[in-house]
Amino acid sequence: MAIPISYNLRNLAVRKTTTIMTALGIGLTVAVLLAILALVGGLRAAFQASGHPLHALVMRKGSDAELSSFVDRSVYQEMKFKPGVARTAKGEPMVSPETVVVINLPSVDNPEGSNVTLRGVSPAGIEMRDYARISSGRWFEPGKREVVVGRSIAARFPRARLGQKLQFGRGDWDVVGILDAGRAAANSEIFGDVFQISSDFGRERGFSSILVRATDAVAAAALINDITNDQRLTALARAETEYYESQTSSGLLVQYIGFFISIVMAVGSAFAAANTMYAAVARRAKEIGTLRVLGFSRASILASFLAESLLLAVLGGIAGCLLVLPLNGVTTGISNAVTFSEVAFEFRVSPAVMAAGVAFALVLGAAGGLFPASNAARKQILAALREV
Amino acid sequence: MLRYLPLVLKSCWRNRRRTTLTVLSVAASLSLLGVLMAIYHAFYLSDPTPEQALRLAVRHRVSLVFTMPESYGQKIRQIPGVKEVMMQNWFGGVYKDRRPENLFARFMIESDRIFAIRPEIQVSEEQKKAFQRDRRGALMSRPLADRLGIKPGDRFTLQGDIFPGSYEFTLRAVFDSPDAADLMYFDRKYVEEGLIAYRRGNVGMFAVLAETPEAVPRIARAIEDEFRNSPVAVKAEPERQFQLGFINSLGNVKMFLLSICAAVTFTVLLVTANTMAMSARERVREVGILKTLGFTRETILGLILGEAALVAATGGLIGLLLASALCAVVRQAPAFFTPLKTLMVPAPVALGCLGVAVAVGLVSAFTPAWGAARIPIVEALRAEE
Repeated sequence: MAIPISYNLRNLAVRKTTTIMTALGIGLTVAVLLAILALVGGLRAAFQASGHPLHALVMRKGSDAELSSFVDRSVYQEMKFKPGVARTAKGEPMVSPETVVVINLPSVDNPEGSNVTLRGVSPAGIEMRDYARISSGRWFEPGKREVVVGRSIAARFPRARLGQKLQFGRGDWDVVGILDAGRAAANSEIFGDVFQISSDFGRERGFSSILVRATDAVAAAALINDITNDQRLTALARAETEYYESQTSSGLLVQYIGFFISIVMAVGSAFAAANTMYAAVARRAKEIGTLRVLGFSRASILASFLAESLLLAVLGGIAGCLLVLPLNGVTTGISNAVTFSEVAFEFRVSPAVMAAGVAFALVLGAAGGLFPASNAARKQILAALREV
Repeated sequence: MLRYLPLVLKSCWRNRRRTTLTVLSVAASLSLLGVLMAIYHAFYLSDPTPEQALRLAVRHRVSLVFTMPESYGQKIRQIPGVKEVMMQNWFGGVYKDRRPENLFARFMIESDRIFAIRPEIQVSEEQKKAFQRDRRGALMSRPLADRLGIKPGDRFTLQGDIFPGSYEFTLRAVFDSPDAADLMYFDRKYVEEGLIAYRRGNVGMFAVLAETPEAVPRIARAIEDEFRNSPVAVKAEPERQFQLGFINSLGNVKMFLLSICAAVTFTVLLVTANTMAMSARERVREVGILKTLGFTRETILGLILGEAALVAATGGLIGLLLASALCAVVRQAPAFFTPLKTLMVPAPVALGCLGVAVAVGLVSAFTPAWGAARIPIVEALRAEE
């Protein structure tokens, strides 16, 4: 027969101070893990929200990033006449030649300057980014030295606000609009006219990449195949969503470091939890003896103490979640290993992250509680009753 | 004072299991604190090596991604105090595939200048000659060559991305260096000769060697001034600062390290405070007896504080040993970044960690010790467990 759980709850309540301290210790450990999971989760969410399912991104063969890619102007001409390419309302093919460079701007966190992706797009490219909308101002006009900045850029870089001037390339550029792309990586980019930007950076010979929209999913797959197999082009196409997906690797290093730190801290906290539980077992020797006399089996004593340790851990897990919750929605930037520039994203303390934290706390509590609980279960009745 | 040491030791050993668990718990947290502080120290507080103190890095003002014209090298060379200048480019590329074990830094350099610029690179004279003779020769750090299982004379291929095409190399020399990161160098002429005309002559970075460390800041200013009004302005900074800039561009590393250190320290504080409170509570009667024997309040306070400090310091010491072991693991990890390749727990960090441990022990024991010292004898003697 099981010992009622209220017995454990009351015991935890009686030893308030010890319970709170142990739970907080576990809580801090959980908080560190959660902060890192929230960071990685936010980064992943930003990349998963990027890219359009019908878009194919054309880059040079062998290039994994737009920054190291170069495609000739002739490839752009070819793309316009590929079968399966969608058309705009005006009947233009949805093919956007794009020039991607990195510029350096002073940010809120880093007065030395952070790298930001600057993307030159064509009018078709604007239309293809229909998942993004201008939240204030307007789009840049082709042929003018005007730029539109992503909303994270506007928030994190004091010079990149509406009506201000940005200095890069061969002079000043007016910030005429702010782009809201939901959670997509486009929030961390600056957009301008592709030909203006190409000439400022001496890239007139070609483009970094070409973005193409297909009419439907089948056509998209066929288009990617067609381009990749076209021997004349020396270009390679891949799904835009897949391209962004692969950039999630930027968060991998942080994730590994975070796991390592959490595990070492967890070992420390498990020892602390064991300490608390051993003290509980030692203090309640008489109680344990009494319970045994009343007919509770060794197994139920074991279960009861283990349950108490788990309860303690859950308290810690909840404390950890509460500690990390204020981080939710906080925006930060991390360098993207693929684009060499900063991508801004929000910490996401999602229910899944919190569940992982509580689960982690439970594992920790089980590890810390197992030995004290088995110690309690092994006590001889008479010896236990006689213990002071 | 010292005569109470046996008593303190005895009371530490009274509840062996608890003391052991506390020591281990403190040790785990302190090992983490040690490694993080060592990394922080290596990044932000350590002095550059004598070789590094002589070097500057010159790059495009805006970003490392852009290049400067080759001709800048000549102008930099003419600045007084400059001993040597070398062109360097990040090659990028892919070795076999993109799995992490095949990632390493590949730089295009000038094979006749690299050994002057980086005197810490140790290569046998014979291998050095072989490397300089072969335009398709490669120079690798020993850990990297060992990891890839390539020996001098072996051939291998890199697939270019920034520089398109397939490049075949022969490993000609393997170097030893105190901070041997996973590095491969080869002569930039090999790539340059295969490029289309308009892509030639672009330099990612100039490595500049100064005659004296004192001249470095002046040279940096002189270089920046030289090109201030050119179409391509440059940024010149001491090599150490250049590396720091690279770390900072990864994100707010400082903040990351400091906030985790704070969380770890606070966890240790909770753990020891909890243990000390438990142990003091169990010993109220014992304190009463000590008092009847004539121990003063101050002595009792000192005994309990001493015990806490001892337990925490032992945990701290074990933690530091673990931290050194962890540093060895970090040194082995594949990384391009040299300060991590020589990572160890320096003396100030070790002292700092022990200081944190002892301070945490004292702070955590203070409330229970104060309570025990002030309790009236009669009440203490009457107390049950």
